[in-house]
Amino acid sequence: MRALTWHGHHDVRVDTVPDPEIINPRDAIIKVTATAICGSDLHLYDGVIPGMMPGDILGHEFMGEVVETGPKSTLEKGQKVVVPFTISCGSCYFCQKQQYSACDNSNPVDAQDLSEPLYGHAMSALFGYSHLTGGYAGGQSEYVRVPFSDVGPIVVPDHVEDEKVLFLSDILPTGWMAAENADIEPGDTVAVWGCGPVGLFAIQSALLMGAKQVIGIDHHPHRLELARSLGAKIVDFSRTHVGEALMEMSGGIGPDAVIDAVGMEAHGFAPDNVIEVVKQKVGVAADRGHALREALITCRKGGRVSVPGVYGGFLDKFPLGAMMQKGLQLRTGQTHVQKYTKPLLEKILNGEIDTTFLISHRLPLEQGPEGYKNFHDNQNEWTKVVLRPE
Amino acid sequence: MSRHNRGAQTGVLALLAAAGLVAVSYRALSRRNFQRHPGDSAPGRTARQTRFGDFAVTGKTITINRPRTELFAYWRDFSNLAGFMENIVSIQPTGEDRTVWTIKAPGGQTVDVETEIVEERDGELIAWRSVEGSEIEAEGKVFFRDASADRGTEVEAIVAYKPPAGEVGRWIGKLFGREPGVQGRRELKRFKMLMETGEIADACYHAQS
Ligand SMILES: [Zn+2]
Ligand SMILES: [Zn+2]
Repeated sequence: MRALTWHGHHDVRVDTVPDPEIINPRDAIIKVTATAICGSDLHLYDGVIPGMMPGDILGHEFMGEVVETGPKSTLEKGQKVVVPFTISCGSCYFCQKQQYSACDNSNPVDAQDLSEPLYGHAMSALFGYSHLTGGYAGGQSEYVRVPFSDVGPIVVPDHVEDEKVLFLSDILPTGWMAAENADIEPGDTVAVWGCGPVGLFAIQSALLMGAKQVIGIDHHPHRLELARSLGAKIVDFSRTHVGEALMEMSGGIGPDAVIDAVGMEAHGFAPDNVIEVVKQKVGVAADRGHALREALITCRKGGRVSVPGVYGGFLDKFPLGAMMQKGLQLRTGQTHVQKYTKPLLEKILNGEIDTTFLISHRLPLEQGPEGYKNFHDNQNEWTKVVLRPE
Repeated sequence: MSRHNRGAQTGVLALLAAAGLVAVSYRALSRRNFQRHPGDSAPGRTARQTRFGDFAVTGKTITINRPRTELFAYWRDFSNLAGFMENIVSIQPTGEDRTVWTIKAPGGQTVDVETEIVEERDGELIAWRSVEGSEIEAEGKVFFRDASADRGTEVEAIVAYKPPAGEVGRWIGKLFGREPGVQGRRELKRFKMLMETGEIADACYHAQS
């Protein structure tokens, strides 16, 4: 089959690789009909996530048709499914608490050895996202092996267009969980750093959860426009002092909840960022965290901090003092996707949520490398790329 | 129960099974040290000292979300163990309570270790040791305890072994010595996967990979 594979810094290619097979009884094989490039795929593209090997198949946002099932799979051939990017067993302590991204049993034991020294514990495996998270082949390919197919994939009605439900695989649940982690109360002001896909879905979710106003912060005009079209107020950090603006826009209180939907790739030329770019270049791999610092400093006393943005290593100058002194609460984590797929599918089907506005480009899988390059280089226009195997 | 001299050798696990025992005996030696080093509650094998006489000790605990009796029964049928222990080639019963374990060694070689059960409490504990004349002198214990709040069962496995001289010894040292506990932790995690999910996680996507 054809698959998009990683070969190094800014080097992805479409290669011919072996077709996937059923390995374990609960597996299924999915014929991919649509797959997306995620902002977090750009971390792999930039080479800042450890544990990648040349030839690894990328892609953790995908959907398709069931073409083969293992003896313990509950899926049926021909079903249309969206697959969560977290691989979770459904039966361990964590899965039973719906903390699916903490699953004990999906990350192979030798891969767990890699992340334990770094994080203390191994998390669930993820599709197409380095050997730290299991080394499973991803879905930017014609076919993909899906473990625990009786737990993860959600069956969607045949008549629904792929593009309406594809983002149930990651970014919609991720944006929703980010808003949920912000414990939004009616009347709240919520500030969201980063109007990329996750930030935009967090904005949409926060408004649905009853926030009085949601303020999106970015510098890409088109992304800010999208935020505005969802009903958010917007702040362009290239022309406005974010901290002052947020104080003024919240009656001098500060946002009740702040959401860092940027993660370790924060842009901007604040001094802390410049230092960290230098460190990343020399291989210390400190995460760039300007957005998170600003969010913590701006958040109101006793407020909530939600971090859906991806961090992989260590963060310098974390303003722990501000967090402690103001009594902030911080919640973060890889998304427990399986917890959200069903309720969010309902919201899509009854028209409460539309995610298709996000898609800026549609390409055949063969042009995947072009998609990566443009999504990386031109974030203003390229907001989301959907790839389709032919 | 055992036909073997249980002198110094028996001491190893008995000594370590009790938590903080190293510190306790230390304490008996010196009142002053006791004041500076009150014994803690950690298992002896987590002490910074990792060798106990000629013996190296590894041990790990894991919580498995299944009933204690089910896990015990599965483990007690030793033929099941090859399903999740990656270095075991085969496990053959050779008599009542006796078993021969064939273990992978470098260069396509194998090593046989014959063991006998020295203690067994249904649903709670299996203890074994190598019989006299074994290439590898070893003993082990596996405890099964109810975990708190319906989290299933805590399974604790401890192995003490005395590597032999020569090639096999060097290999054993490499296998266990450099990364003590890594192998044991992997085996227990695979056991957990098998018991909780019915399969062992494998990232290969086709049989040749
Ligand atoms: Zn994603
Ligand atoms: Zn699980």
